[in-house]
Amino acid sequence: MSQTDLYTLAGSTLFVIGLYGLMTRPHLLHKVLALNISSAGVFFVLVGIARRIPGTTPDPLPHAMVLTGIVVTVSSTAFALALAKRIFTETGTAALDASDVDVEEDAGG
Amino acid sequence: MGKVTPKSPLPIRIAALAICAGVGALLSRAVLAIPETESGLAPLVDANLEASGVKNAVTAVLLNFRGYDTLLEIAVLMLATIGVLSLSVTQKGTWDPIAAQADPVLSALARFLAPVMILVSGYLLWAGEHAPGGAFQAGSVVGAAGVLLALSGYARPAWISRFALRAAISVGFIVFIAVAIGEMIAGGLLLQYPADLAKTLMLLVETWLTVSIGAILVSLFIASASPAEELRMRSGGER
Amino acid sequence: MTASGWVFDILLVGTLVWLAVRALAEVKLFKAVVLFIAFGLLVALAWVRLSAPDIALAEAAIGAGITGALLLDAVGHMRGRAEPYPTSPDAEKSSGGDADG
Repeated sequence: MSQTDLYTLAGSTLFVIGLYGLMTRPHLLHKVLALNISSAGVFFVLVGIARRIPGTTPDPLPHAMVLTGIVVTVSSTAFALALAKRIFTETGTAALDASDVDVEEDAGG
Repeated sequence: MGKVTPKSPLPIRIAALAICAGVGALLSRAVLAIPETESGLAPLVDANLEASGVKNAVTAVLLNFRGYDTLLEIAVLMLATIGVLSLSVTQKGTWDPIAAQADPVLSALARFLAPVMILVSGYLLWAGEHAPGGAFQAGSVVGAAGVLLALSGYARPAWISRFALRAAISVGFIVFIAVAIGEMIAGGLLLQYPADLAKTLMLLVETWLTVSIGAILVSLFIASASPAEELRMRSGGER
Repeated sequence: MTASGWVFDILLVGTLVWLAVRALAEVKLFKAVVLFIAFGLLVALAWVRLSAPDIALAEAAIGAGITGALLLDAVGHMRGRAEPYPTSPDAEKSSGGDADG
C-alpha cells in the first residue's frame, strides 16, 4: 500500500459517494454538491497516479489536466446553480420529484 | 403534483447502492492495477522542457504541449459565462453591489485586500514561468478579489462599461486563437510556437488569459447572485 | 514515507470521505454547503500532500473561495430546508404555473 494507492482509492470512494448522491437526492443543490464531490474524486485519482513512481518528481501532465478541470468545474457549477435558481424562481421548488417525470416529458416533447 | 418526498423511494436507493457498489469495486480494482513503472508522459515532458520556453513543467504542458486543451477550456469557460449571463433575470452582468449595506469593517478590509490580491496575481503570473503559478492561479486570485469587492458592497466603477466587461470575458480566447493562427500563417502548425518567440508568446497569451479568467469568475458570481433589492424584498416578504 | 505522514494522510482521507457523506446526507441546505466548503479546504491540503502546489494554489482560491460564495448565494436564493418543499413565498406563484402545464 503506497500513498498513491491511498489517494486513488479515496478518489474512487469519493466518486462513488457523489454518484450515489446524484442518483438518490432529489434536491438540485444536493445534485450540484454530488457532482462536485465526484469531480474531486476524479482529480484525486489523476493526481495520485501522477506520483505513483516513488522517488521521482510527479508527472506534470495529470496536474495540468486537473488544473483545467478545477476551472471548468467551477464554471459548470455556476451555470448549474444559475439554472437551479431560475427553476426555483419559476416553479417555487428546486427539488425533483418522481411524480414530475411525466410533466417534464410533456414539456420536452 | 405529489408532495416531494424527503428521500428517493427505497427500491431506487437499493438499485443506486448496487450500481455504486459495482462501479466502486471496478474502479478500485482498476486504480490498484496501475503498475509502478515509468510508463507515463513525464520523461517526454522532461526531455522537451528545454525547448518549450518555460521552466515550470505544468505551465509548459498547459500552454505549449497541450495548448489545444487550454484553448478549448477557455472557450468552455466563455460559453458557461454566456449561459449564466443570459439566465440572469435582472441586471445582466453588471457589477452592482450585492450587499445592500455592507459591514464597514468588511468594506475597509476589502479596500485594503483587493490591491494586494491583484499584486499577488501579477506575481503568480510571472512566477508561473519557473515555479508553481500561472494564468489559472493568477486568474482565480483576480476572480476572488472581484467577488470580495462585490460582497463588500462596492459597485462597478463607472469606467468599466458593460461592453468592457464583455470584452474582458472574451479577450483571452481571442488572443489565444489569434496567436495560434498567427503561428500557422508564419509557417508552423496550429499552436506550434517558434522556438525563439515561445516564451514571449506564452506570456502574452497567459496575461490575457488571466484577465479573462478573472473577469469570467467575477461575472459568473455577480450575474448569478441575487441583486440587493431582490434579496431585501425576499427577506421582507418572509418576515 | 514517515509514520507521521501516514497517520496524517489516513486522517485526511478519512475526514474527506466523512465530510462528503455528511454534506450529501444533510437535509438542511445551509449545513450541507458549509460541510462542502470544509471539504474543499481539506482538498487543497491534500494537493499539498501529493506535491501538487500548482493545483493547491488554484484550489484554495476557487474550490474554497468562489465555489463556496456561489453555493451560499444559491442557498440564500432558495432559503431553508431541502425537503419537504415548497415553503417560500414564491410557492403560491408556482401553483398557478402548474395548472397551465
